[in-house]
Amino acid sequence: MFQKIWERHEVVPETPETPAVLYIDLHLLHEVTTPQAFTMLREQGLRVRRPDLTLATMDHSTPTRTEQVFGGAPIAVESAALQIAELEKNCAQAGIELFNLRSASRGIVHIVGPELGLTQPGRTVVCGDSHTSTHGAFGALAFGIGTTEVAHVLATQCLLQRRPRTYAVEVRGALSPGVTAKDMILAIIGRIGVAGGTGHVLEYRGSAVRALDMEERMTVCNMSIEAGARAGMIAPDETTFEYLANRPRAPQGAAWEQALESWRALPTDPGASFDREVHFDADSIEPMISYGTHPGMVLPIGARIPGRSDDPVFNKALAYMGFTAGAPIRDQPVNVVFIGSCTNGRLSDLRAAAQLLRGRKVAPGVQLLVVPGSQQVKRAAEAEGLDRVFIDAGGDWRESGCSMCIGMNGDTVGPGQYAVSTSNRNFEGRQGPGARTLLASPLTAAASAVRGRITDPRELLGGQS
Amino acid sequence: MPPIRQIRSHTVVLPYANIDTDQIIPARFLRTTARAGLGRHLFSDWRYQSDGAAKPDFPLNQAAAQGCQILVTGRNFGCGSSREHAPWALLDYGFRAVISAGIADIFCNNALKNGLLPIVLSADEVASLLANPGLELLIDLETNRITRPDGSQLGFQIERFARYCLLNGLDELGFLRSQEPAIARFESTRA
Repeated sequence: MFQKIWERHEVVPETPETPAVLYIDLHLLHEVTTPQAFTMLREQGLRVRRPDLTLATMDHSTPTRTEQVFGGAPIAVESAALQIAELEKNCAQAGIELFNLRSASRGIVHIVGPELGLTQPGRTVVCGDSHTSTHGAFGALAFGIGTTEVAHVLATQCLLQRRPRTYAVEVRGALSPGVTAKDMILAIIGRIGVAGGTGHVLEYRGSAVRALDMEERMTVCNMSIEAGARAGMIAPDETTFEYLANRPRAPQGAAWEQALESWRALPTDPGASFDREVHFDADSIEPMISYGTHPGMVLPIGARIPGRSDDPVFNKALAYMGFTAGAPIRDQPVNVVFIGSCTNGRLSDLRAAAQLLRGRKVAPGVQLLVVPGSQQVKRAAEAEGLDRVFIDAGGDWRESGCSMCIGMNGDTVGPGQYAVSTSNRNFEGRQGPGARTLLASPLTAAASAVRGRITDPRELLGGQS
Repeated sequence: MPPIRQIRSHTVVLPYANIDTDQIIPARFLRTTARAGLGRHLFSDWRYQSDGAAKPDFPLNQAAAQGCQILVTGRNFGCGSSREHAPWALLDYGFRAVISAGIADIFCNNALKNGLLPIVLSADEVASLLANPGLELLIDLETNRITRPDGSQLGFQIERFARYCLLNGLDELGFLRSQEPAIARFESTRA
């Protein structure tokens, strides 16, 4: 599948001297990694070549408090307000469609593209954000780029790229009740490591992957970058087509039939070989949680924190987290629970969390922050009363954005505090200076909010699952 | 961009694996629309106490590290976010090369486009550099070799096209723009 998409987009093939010139079908922009790219264009007197293949939203540094988004309150973080204004100016000058702060279509860039139907099988999708790998869930070749490359795509609609190698990640069997796509990808990263995918495009395969719905597939592909991979992909199938049918920017009518035919030819041919392969058994995957300072430091929720007395880097991570080797991760106290992000900020994620929070209260002293991934997700969640579930449980329900995943907008975790987060990175200080992040699924996050301690969600699911 | 041929400098060593871009430059410093001036935020949370004072035991804060242009680190340097602010901050601080046993893909691309040399050596070679902070190295991009003070040499590879651009001070965008006829032809065949 990767080879087919690559070859369909080679404007000029790779040679030993020069990388391939690769055509980009969809270029997504946000406010943080683009201002300098527009400056580069201006410095060279260049225009945006294909504004019609470019779409901008704002997400990373945007406020989530309703009064700052829709009310008259100023945006609390002044530098964020400047970036927002800069993106508005750049998009207006270049004729690029922008979902601005008050747009009903605004949201996290990797949630907006799919929900509009812009992310389609066989497309090349890039964005100045490493979690662009999310879009690979549709059988698109999607990867994050730097700001200079953003300028390259703005100016030429192309990128210079060496062909990555391929890596099959097969997950056989079926996930157990209470075990989610997030647990699957955390288990994968835990095994192959945070540099295991470097130089490769991962293709997730096998019965457990086929059984995932599109939102779950996006969760898996989203974290491909946390294994160091260039991209992650899942071959399109009926699940993909059903999700895309009748989305506003998906092909319609005769164009839809034509698209379907081309999409059905994309999956990897049987017997095709990969540069590397790894196999997992879904039945043996447990709810997973991170205990260290990178997404490869994960363990099953019932396990004890490992020890490596001879590894100073490992011990530095445990010291940062305030954890002791040999202690169980379960029942560690929790200060903050964050449900949201491009990893787990879609409707099904909010439903999963609400399933555990309905009729329950957040433990005393625990802050619960729920941030939908887009304004559309927010409306859909409110239409089924999920906002009431979170508010009644004692949580905070906000406008969409990246929020506490990256803490650029002021939604941060305090120094030394423990946050169970449905986001993608547990790096030191990621959620605020000194913050201690434990990555987990929305189910585990919600269960831990209720108990105020790291909790296996299966204890609260009972007969529900 | 000025051509890059040789870098001669003592090394600074950060002996940690998986140094992510959130450590290189924390996200709160990305709320800028400029490229310049990021060096003062480089490794901010490791370099400064919460009151802003320098942490004396952090390698970059030591006298021997001042003016060094070569950073040697543990494997998988630059993992995480795609922020080009990471190489911008390293360059603005004064680094011109990073040596590691593994460098994350997006960081590597970003570094090459800004004239920061991402050099991957074997685990053993990097281990010996990590164990000897402050060595004076000569990195020669024309010969793809690093010379140590005892005269011994280490070979390295840089992607050929990026190397050509760096040696000649060329901007990759210029090459891409020269492909315009092929790009227009490609678009017309798909329309």
